[in-house]
Amino acid sequence: MNNPLRLLALPRLTPRVLHVWQRNRDVFVKTYRVNFLPPFLEPILYLLSLGFGVGSFIPEIAGVSYAQYIAPALVSISIMNAGFFECTYASYVRMYYQKTYDAIIATPLTIDEVIVGEILWGATRAFINTVIMLPVLFLFGVLDLPWSLFVIPFAFLAGFLFASIGMCFTAMTPGIDTLNLPTFLFITPMFLFSGTFFPLTLLPKFVQYLAVALLPLTHVVTVIRSLTLGTPSPLLPFSLVWLTVATVLVFLLAVNLMKRRLVI
Amino acid sequence: MAPVIEATGLTKRFGDLVAVDHVTFRVEQGEVFGFLGPNGAGKTTTMRMIQCVSPKTEGSLQVFGMEVEGHESEIKRQIGVVPQENNLDPDFTVYKNLLVYARYFDIPLPEAEATIQELLTFVELSEKRDTPIEKLSGGMKRRLILARALINRPRLLILDEPTVGLDPQARHLIWERLREIRNRGNTIVLTTHYLEEAERLCDRLVIMDRGGILVEGPPRELVKRHAGTHVVEADDTPQVRACLDRLGARYEPMGELLQAYTDTPRDVTRALVGECQMGHVAARPATLEDVFLRLTGRKLRE
Repeated sequence: MNNPLRLLALPRLTPRVLHVWQRNRDVFVKTYRVNFLPPFLEPILYLLSLGFGVGSFIPEIAGVSYAQYIAPALVSISIMNAGFFECTYASYVRMYYQKTYDAIIATPLTIDEVIVGEILWGATRAFINTVIMLPVLFLFGVLDLPWSLFVIPFAFLAGFLFASIGMCFTAMTPGIDTLNLPTFLFITPMFLFSGTFFPLTLLPKFVQYLAVALLPLTHVVTVIRSLTLGTPSPLLPFSLVWLTVATVLVFLLAVNLMKRRLVI
Repeated sequence: MAPVIEATGLTKRFGDLVAVDHVTFRVEQGEVFGFLGPNGAGKTTTMRMIQCVSPKTEGSLQVFGMEVEGHESEIKRQIGVVPQENNLDPDFTVYKNLLVYARYFDIPLPEAEATIQELLTFVELSEKRDTPIEKLSGGMKRRLILARALINRPRLLILDEPTVGLDPQARHLIWERLREIRNRGNTIVLTTHYLEEAERLCDRLVIMDRGGILVEGPPRELVKRHAGTHVVEADDTPQVRACLDRLGARYEPMGELLQAYTDTPRDVTRALVGECQMGHVAARPATLEDVFLRLTGRKLRE
């Protein structure tokens, strides 16, 4: 592992990856009532308080109502949380406390396949949340159709990125408590300063540059807002390229960092 | 017939620590082979290399005639593993645990269902089929792990401390089942701290310490070779030492006692009681534990 390029080595995969995904799905289905509630309630609460509450003081923002402005941000944040938290705390519990990974790699599955299955599941959680949220937001009249439908496949890809990011932290964290650090230092600032609740342009120039260069949520919000409003942002092509490159790099990094942690 | 496992000069290093140091051994088809040794001897590391989850540093390791490196999935398809720590899936019931595990092996559903039925009967858990894992006793969990390790009908079963922390009933049930598995022609490799377990189950075993193999052979032979048939214990006093020296007996201090290893316990006992007029003298058959402690010492291992 002295050669840094080895951290970007391609994983070796077989269709058995899906068995890891199926395992997590089976647990999810078993407890579906609790799992489906948050993504259903969250957009309602946020839209009522921020969108229509705070929004009543804001006649218009970037040419749309405040509720319309933050609706895509709510979807983006839900995608971020679903992917990131599934592959940090939940994955860490499976890896360290439940020894689920140890049990699985005693079968023909490889550690590569376990990690990729976990990330695919994190992406699926983001996808499920989005599928639940969109009809709710639609009923509030804050989505443009049919463009908003493209948010559904995009949610899986964006979820894949946040799941991979989470997995990188899981690979490096000394214990479950230290996972609070990326949550407070990375996820929370991103939640607030990625053009989610107010335009990036209100921020000082260098903070704007930082947000565009480093915060994946900025680009996810850009893409989803372009779709839900039905008007492409000028940043859209750049955001798509940024997300593609970041997803590939972070995904490979996640798999190899986890291998470095687990293959001993 | 080709050996099931063949290790030659097998070595595993973690940084500066040599966990397994050039060990060589063969496990033949159909035998129960034991790895004994104090904590940190390198047993579990050796097991992990055989299971294809920990890559070797040096040497050669073949399982089913295949070099481990590069054939991980093919080898793992044919082995069953009972790990030291329980790693059942706490999110599922007994039945679902086995079903999910069968899926990892790509076993088709109808076949998996039939096998699970059969295995639950085998480990006497049929009535616990729909019980969540947390409701099982330690012995039940261990039995379920054994059933899980058999789901793919493995040619080789690897057990790391299979009966640790179990009551005698549960332990005997596991032993009985392992004998049945062996009698069907399967190969079993196990590590254990329970020397009685090793003595009862193993056809052959090795005693490891500090990453190396100290001795290898059938348990009875090892006892005979390294401890004689009997052990005579007496208080550790200069008189007893002098007496044993005069008899030409092999002896070692073990705590406050002297232990003499002998094939003629009567003569030694008679001499100690009669000629040397010793108070406390006891003779008993030698066990694997005597061999183990002689070879690895009494010092505590952390």
